[in-house]
Order: sequence, then structure tokens, then C-alpha cells
Amino acid sequence: MPHTTPLSHAAAICYHCGQPLPKGAAWSVKIAEVEHTMCCPGCAAVAQTIVDLRQENYYRDRTAYAASAEGAQQLPPELQLYDNADPRFALDEDSRESTFTVEGIRCAACVWLIEKRLARQPGVESAQLNVATEKLYVRWRSDACKPGDILGALHAIGYAAYPYDAERHAGQQRRAAKTLGRQLFVAGLSMMQVMMYVAPAYLAEDGTLDDSMAALMRWASLLLTLPAICYAALPFWRGAWASLRARSLGMDVPVALGIAAAFGASVIATVNGKGEVWFDSVTMFIFLLLCSRYLELRARRKAGAALERLQHALPASAALLENFPANRAVTIVHAAALAVDNVIVIKPGEAVAADCVIIEGRTALDLSLLSGESAPVPKQCGDFIPGGAINASNVILARVAKRAQDSTLSDLLKLVSRAGGDKPRIAQWADRVAAWFVAGLLLFALATFGFWYLLDGSAARAWPIAIAVLVVSCPCALSLATPTALAAATDYLLRQGVLVTGPQTLETLHRATHVVLDKTGTLTWGRPVLQEVQALSAMRSQFCLQIAAAMEAGSAHPLARAIIAAADEAGRQDWRAVALEETPGSGLDGFVHNRRYRLGSAQFVAAISGEPPQRAMVDGVTPVYLGVEGQWLACFHLHDGLRPDAQQTVDYFRQHGKTVVLLSGDEAALARQVGDQLGIETTVGGYLPADKLNFVQQLQRRGCVVAMVGDGINDAAVLGAADVSFAMGGGAALAQAHADAVLLNGRLSAVADSARIAARTMQVIRQNLCWATVYNVAAIPAAAFGLLNPWLSGVGMAVSSAVVVLNALRLRKGL
Amino acid sequence: MEALFLLIPLSVALVFAALWIFFRASDDGQFDDLVGPALRVVQDDDLPPTDQQ
Repeated sequence: MPHTTPLSHAAAICYHCGQPLPKGAAWSVKIAEVEHTMCCPGCAAVAQTIVDLRQENYYRDRTAYAASAEGAQQLPPELQLYDNADPRFALDEDSRESTFTVEGIRCAACVWLIEKRLARQPGVESAQLNVATEKLYVRWRSDACKPGDILGALHAIGYAAYPYDAERHAGQQRRAAKTLGRQLFVAGLSMMQVMMYVAPAYLAEDGTLDDSMAALMRWASLLLTLPAICYAALPFWRGAWASLRARSLGMDVPVALGIAAAFGASVIATVNGKGEVWFDSVTMFIFLLLCSRYLELRARRKAGAALERLQHALPASAALLENFPANRAVTIVHAAALAVDNVIVIKPGEAVAADCVIIEGRTALDLSLLSGESAPVPKQCGDFIPGGAINASNVILARVAKRAQDSTLSDLLKLVSRAGGDKPRIAQWADRVAAWFVAGLLLFALATFGFWYLLDGSAARAWPIAIAVLVVSCPCALSLATPTALAAATDYLLRQGVLVTGPQTLETLHRATHVVLDKTGTLTWGRPVLQEVQALSAMRSQFCLQIAAAMEAGSAHPLARAIIAAADEAGRQDWRAVALEETPGSGLDGFVHNRRYRLGSAQFVAAISGEPPQRAMVDGVTPVYLGVEGQWLACFHLHDGLRPDAQQTVDYFRQHGKTVVLLSGDEAALARQVGDQLGIETTVGGYLPADKLNFVQQLQRRGCVVAMVGDGINDAAVLGAADVSFAMGGGAALAQAHADAVLLNGRLSAVADSARIAARTMQVIRQNLCWATVYNVAAIPAAAFGLLNPWLSGVGMAVSSAVVVLNALRLRKGL
Repeated sequence: MEALFLLIPLSVALVFAALWIFFRASDDGQFDDLVGPALRVVQDDDLPPTDQQ
């Protein structure tokens, strides 16, 4: 419910998007007679557009800030790629239609703004935004408007939109949900109406309901049960038929048989005018069962949501330099049309369309989707950049190394679909049990019928009891127990940045006895971190750090990034170094505040600062010196730092009774130092990959279940050999990952999270299987002894399925 | 009591009519977005344009 008070706004934030104003921001827009500051020309342009459209009310009605429109003032040329000739959009002769996915919808005012804006677009016939799904449906006349214009119009008011061709698959899913919703409605309506006609028969005392009236009620019930049987129960007929054709006994078989038996017997009784009818039970059973199906469908849909986002990361187009290096004319082409060795230009803010190698320029790339690393990673000429990465700073030219469909991100998606294809052992077991269960159940129902028929000499009691047996049993709960729990857990982990690709991952991780951790890149960052600044003069170390950061500002060297990161953390000063000269492999020489500094190796700095100070360095630490003419200022100790969550992760596994092993290729002394620091008992250093493999296999021969965490490329063989393995995600490494799970967010503690979720998942699966077993063991004999009538059995079955699904859904919240 | 012989068939017909209306509404997308219309209705978009005030 949007309230109509405007958002409170301080002067220091952008009125449009709510982000802090950068220093010296000079953009502002007059909205409803008041001048408001904006953070960037993009937001200012959007706000101006909104004012020009006389839609200032947007600002009054909104309940959340708009998405930042930085960079929105230029219409990206790739939007013009979409034209009316595209067969995807065709509706009829001169109309086109499409569904667009709109990003950045925050509140009701957005909906209103988008629809208003499009209504003013010439040629647009209708525009409807579905808030729940963030999908925008537009219909337009092909002579007056192009899809590019529509996307451009949305772009101009600050919303990113792209044609939603999310594959017919998604469309099918939507239709499936809609059909199931309708079936549910039909079954519900049938059920309620049939209840009305059945009530007199239940309530009337003997002899008060005359035969003609009873027959009327029965015929009316029969008529109203027909829609439920012919339409609402279709999923069960289809399911049963499909499984019979495949010569197996699916869980729909007893359901369909139960419905058919009850309905058939009731029809015969109605036609003959004697015997019992169960129309009420039939409709109610169909309704309740559809309810639990609906619940399951929604659960599955939710479980796939995180994956769907991943699939939109690769851009649809790329800017190709066709005649490079002869001339630099840019052609916008479909990303799928890129060939190896094509040269493309990637502007800031754009996503890389395919895996490439930079051939000109240096920039920083946002790899957060691929590696989870949130800080942009510097890249320069000759560096490999994966498709799906986002260019965060400068224009670069890059040579395509792999086609878009073979890119790292595509490989990642293939890994995922592979994971979806396999079933974990525990689910296979449940499926096998369920199949035997159904077969046993059918025989048991037959035996029950025979027993009561022989006892009574007529089918009057035997028939409803056999139906109750068929209906009450719940193979559904048995076969739903595992997959729903695993899907919910996998979804939760993906949202936490852990991509589970192996089917057995969670199950095995829970059983693991040994957790083997790699050192470099896993427990440590794998890149230098500034540990200590040692002052060598009276100058404060903080001051020295800022000088060093100013000198390193333009460098992409790992040591430079470490110093800059440390300076950022301490509050970076906006100092400039001038007349910088780099001596590769030695250091930098330049002026800060008109004073000449040198930064680099001891030898390099000694050339201006004099005799270097004598001191012993600790193993594994790289020193970087800072000096002025005639004086040494500071020494920066850089060292491959421990990840902040390493301790917490090791502690978690130790507390849960798993043996933690540190397995490193580095010298034993270094490995021991890290091991002691973290309190790991078993530390093994100086191992080559082959030794590591041997070590893991030896553990396995002793009957241990080994979980291995490594950083992907160099540990591929060990990761493959371990029972369950985690790879630290990192761009190109992903494609080669032989791991069962990839830590996309690069946080080591995610392994501990996964272990916790694995334990919870196994617990939920056990609870579910236990519940399904207890329910069936109690309910089937009760039905066989005639204690349950068909309708009560229907309730029991639906409730038991719902319990299983709801229990599994708890995992999505990580409970 | 005899009225029931008329009323019950009528009620059956009514249910089928309701089903038919439901299917039409569903085809027209009535149930596709159950969130948006509730938000849209509170917008005052029938204000006169500012230049006519």
C-alpha cells in the first residue's frame, strides 16, 4: 500500500535514486517548483523527462527511490537491434507484440510511470506491466513504432528492459501454472456444489427423502462431478497413462484407479437407482490432491528463480570492429554471430559478450556474477576476460577467444543443467521404493476387496473399502520427500553464492569425516595483502601509506592493488602523483606535493635514499620500500593474507567432529605457520598435485569420506578424487572445475554454510520419509479394516503430501 | 417440494454458467496479476493536466 508522503530526503543524496551525491555534483532539476539535486546526468535526464511529461506526481507517490539512471542519457545502440522484422514479435499484418522483462521496479509509482510513458509513445496500442512477475506486455503498430523505440523510451525514464524471450520453456511453465490454477478452481466449485446435493441424503431421516427426490439429487451431483472428472482430474489421467505406457507404476496410478473406481460405481448406482454414491468424495479428493500439486509446483518454481537470473547475464549483442585494424567502424551484431578472432569493443558498463583476450586498453572488470568477487578486478592487455563480466572503467578492445555459446558462463549453465539431470542416490532409492510401494498397494487393495467381498457376499462394503485403501496411501509423500527438500536447499545455497552441481553433494558433505583444505587461494587470498607498515623515519605510517597509494593509483600490479586497498580502508586521500616513471620490476619514481618519492624494491629506493636499513625479513613476506632523497620513509610488509572467515570455517568443522586437514604445495614451514594460527592439527606441506591425490586416496582407503576445498585449476585432480569437493569460484577456473560445488561468492565460510544446510537437508529428508512411512503404516490398515471412508482418506492423503512439501520449503529460508 | 425439480436443474445450469464466465475471465488475463491492480487504483491519474488549471 503506497502512502502518499514523499520520501524523506537529505540534501546529500540524489533526489531521484537516493544514492549519495559525489563530490562536486552540479546537476539539479526543478520538480514541483523546488530545485532538487541529482547525482549524475543520467538521473537528471530521467527526472527532467518525468517533469516534462507532467508526471511529477511520481515523486509524491513513490514509496522507494528509483534505480540509478547513471549512463542512461545515451541510448545504447544495441537497443536498436530489435526491429519489427524479428519473427518473435509478429502478431498479425501490422501489429506486433512482445513481453519485456523490466528491471528496477520498486513500487507502485514505477508501474504507473512506465504505463503512462508508453501510452504516450506513438504507435503503442497497449502496455501492461505485471507487477508480480516484472513482465511488461506491449502491443504496437509496426508502421509507427519499433521495439527499439519502446526499450529506448523505458531507458530514458531509467528502467532497463530487454525482450523476454526467456525461452519457450518459461512460457510453458506459465501456462502449466495457469492450467493447474483453473483445474483447481473447477474442482473446488464442483466440490462445493456437489456437497450441497449430497447434504440432504446425509441429513434426512429414514424414509423422509422420497426416491424421486433422491434420484434428482444424485443426477445433479453426477452432472456437477463431470467437469471435475473430465477437466480437473486430467493431470492424474495423463500421469497414470504415461506411467502405464512406460511400463512402470507411478504414483498417479492408484490415484487414477481410486477416482475411476469411485466415480464408476457411483454412476452405476445412479443409473440403477440403488446403491451408494461417492460423488462428494471424488470431487473433494480431486480438489485436495490438486491443492498439494499446486503447492509443489510453486515450490519448484521458487527453487528455480535464482537460476533464471543467471541466464540473463550474457548480453544479446556485441560491438564488432569488422575491419580492425584498418578502420574502427563499429557494427552492432548478435552475440551469437561472433566468431573466434573477431575484435569487439567493450564500453564501460557493458557486459562482455564472449570470452576474450584484451588487445588494447586497460580496465577493471566486475566479475561478481562469475566469481562472487565484488570489487572490480584490474585487467590489461593480454589478460583473459570471461563472457558475462561487466566492464567497470575504461573502453577496451578485445579479441574473441571462444564463441559466445562456449563461454565460461555458458559452461557454468551447462554444469547447472547437468546437476538438474541427475538424481541423488537417496532420491533414486525413494523412487524405487515408491514404485514397489504402488505395486504392493494395488495388490493389497485387490486383496482387501476380495476379503470383504467373501465376508459379505456382496460388493456393497468391499467396494468403498478398496477405494479408501487406494486413496489413503501416499506414495506422493514418499517420492516428494527428497526432491523438494534438495531443490529448496540448492536454491537457498545458490542465493548464498554456492552453486551446487553434483547430485550427491549435500548428502556426501553431510557424511564427510575429513575436510581437506588447500592453503594458497583457499585459506588465504592467493594474492598479497598489506600486513604492516613499518615507519623508518619520523613520518607517520598512515601518511606514507597515502603517498604510496597516490603513486600506485594507476597500476594494476597485485602489490599495488594491495597497497591501494589498504589505503582505501584507512580513508584514501585524493592526492595526485605527477611525473611518474615506472621501472618495470623495480618500482615507481614520481612527485607528490612537489616532493620526489621512490617506491619499490630496496635496491631501487637506495639509489636516491642512501644505504638501506638492515633488517631480517620473515619468510613469505614481500617488502616494498618508500623513500625520498636522502631518507628512508617506510617499509610495507605484504603477505598472502588469511581470509577473514578462515578461522570461523575451520572452527565450524572442528566443532562438528570432522577432522580438518591442511594440504599445501608450499613449504612445510609456511603451511605449519598457517595451520598453527588456525588450530588445524594435521598440516601437510610441500606436496605436489600427485602427492595430494595420493594423500586423499589413502584417506579414502582407510574408509574416510573426504570433502575437499580447493581453488579450482591447480587442484582439479584432487578435487575430482575427493568424495565431495568445493572449488573457489574464479572466472575461467569455473569451466575446468571438477568440483561438486563452486563457491561463486568466493567466501570460504560458504563451505561451512553448505555443511550446515546439508545437515538440515538430511534432517528434513529423514523427517519427510519418516512421516510418509508412519502415515502409510497407520492409514492403510485403518482403511483396510473399514475405519476410514473414501472422503476421509482423501483428506489424509492431501494433508500428508502438503506436510512434506511445506516441511521441505523451510529450507529455502535456511532454517 | 415440487419446486426443487425446477430449482436444482437451474442451479446446475448456474454452476456451468459460472464455469464458463470463469474460463472467459481467465483467458482474458483476469487472474494473471493479482498485485498490480490494487496498487494502480490508488493513483490519481485523472487529475486535469496542469496547463488547464
